[in-house]
Amino acid sequence: MRVTQGCFSFLPDLTDEQISRQVQYCLARGWAVNIEFTDDPHPRNNFWEMWGLPMFDLHDAAGVLMELNECRKVYGDRYIRMSAFDSSHGWESVRLSFIVNRPKEEPGFRLERHEVGGRNIRYTTKSYAVDRPEGMRYGGK
Amino acid sequence: MSSQSVSPAVPQDVSETLPVERVDLRREFNEVGIGEVLDQLDRELIGLKPVKTRIREIASLLLIERIRKRMNLTSEMPTLHMSFTGNPGTGKTTVALRIASILHKLGFVRRGQVVSVTRDELVGQYIGHTAPKTKEILKKAMGGVLFIDEAYYLHRPDNERDYGQEAIEILLQVMESQREDLVVILAGYGDRMDKFFASNPGFRSRIAHHIDFPDYSDDELLAISELMLHDMNYKFSVDARQAFVRYIELRKAQPLFSNARSIRNALDRMRLRQASRLVADLDRALTSEDIMSLEASEVLASRVFSNTSAE
Repeated sequence: MRVTQGCFSFLPDLTDEQISRQVQYCLARGWAVNIEFTDDPHPRNNFWEMWGLPMFDLHDAAGVLMELNECRKVYGDRYIRMSAFDSSHGWESVRLSFIVNRPKEEPGFRLERHEVGGRNIRYTTKSYAVDRPEGMRYGGK
Repeated sequence: MSSQSVSPAVPQDVSETLPVERVDLRREFNEVGIGEVLDQLDRELIGLKPVKTRIREIASLLLIERIRKRMNLTSEMPTLHMSFTGNPGTGKTTVALRIASILHKLGFVRRGQVVSVTRDELVGQYIGHTAPKTKEILKKAMGGVLFIDEAYYLHRPDNERDYGQEAIEILLQVMESQREDLVVILAGYGDRMDKFFASNPGFRSRIAHHIDFPDYSDDELLAISELMLHDMNYKFSVDARQAFVRYIELRKAQPLFSNARSIRNALDRMRLRQASRLVADLDRALTSEDIMSLEASEVLASRVFSNTSAE
């Protein structure tokens, strides 16, 4: 099942050129672009790992693409996303985030139903991939 | 393409244009606006004949390359990495800034910013520090010009384990693989750059344009000083100008002469002397003429004259 998080996730995967256009848009607005990766794509997982530091003071998307390709070399079997941080007063938060790399196979999520008091049911979503230890999900090394 | 309209940066449709058959070179030239930049270069930089010639050549090549691209006569992107060698104060940094704007006008660098660095900003202090540091700078320079001043300090032949070598390797790799993203300009004094290139042949071969900055002649130095004064809203009186001609002659013969930089420093000292001369007589009513002009006494008060007279 295709994970849909952040911007553009219902579109076909962005090509590198499209990615760099989007990054350029962010840079033109003075946002710092940041690369993050994870192999636990649960929608409530806010804590993706950072690839290097957020990139401040860049002028051109080529620099970000360079880092992205480095990241893909190491974590090409995981989810990688770009997030653009707006540090201006009043915002101070992420303005745009989109997935730029995903594993070849995405096994998707299962829905667990807990029967609790009375006939109530509580639902939990669980990714099939996270049953395996970290780093070995999605056919990793 | 309705789906794209929701995205914040709507990718522009690159319409398939047919290759153009005829091109009006003059119109093309005017459109790009390099004429202005080159004229400005001629006006604001005195002398530097070989440098200007080479810049003109590069600009013409880039213009033609642009047209060729439109005609679908694609060829590989020309290598634009450069090295500027020359004595102190011959205008290497100034020219680097101009080059960036020329390349930007012609569309060969996308943003046209100049990131000016020295060894400190590229080389780290401990193992594993250099690569991220160099990459950080490279990322900032992407789409523009990376100007490495006194590049020979990157290589320390006396220390085999110097981290400079690591920075050099990363630079070389990016210079080769991302030629269309960034232009690297190395600058430094001639003899040391030669040594640097000799010990790093990879650098020499990856740089297409080796431009040597000649020393200025006396006349050029005088023209430079007048241009500088004009920019600072000062001017020489007739006597002062003659005295300054002699000053240049004498100063050039002295050690540690660094061309335009020495001239700038001399002018700054003259401004000091002029100010104290004016302040000495508080009761005088000053005209703007008085404030603007430097007198011969300011020039002749220089140590350069006293040294020779003492001999």
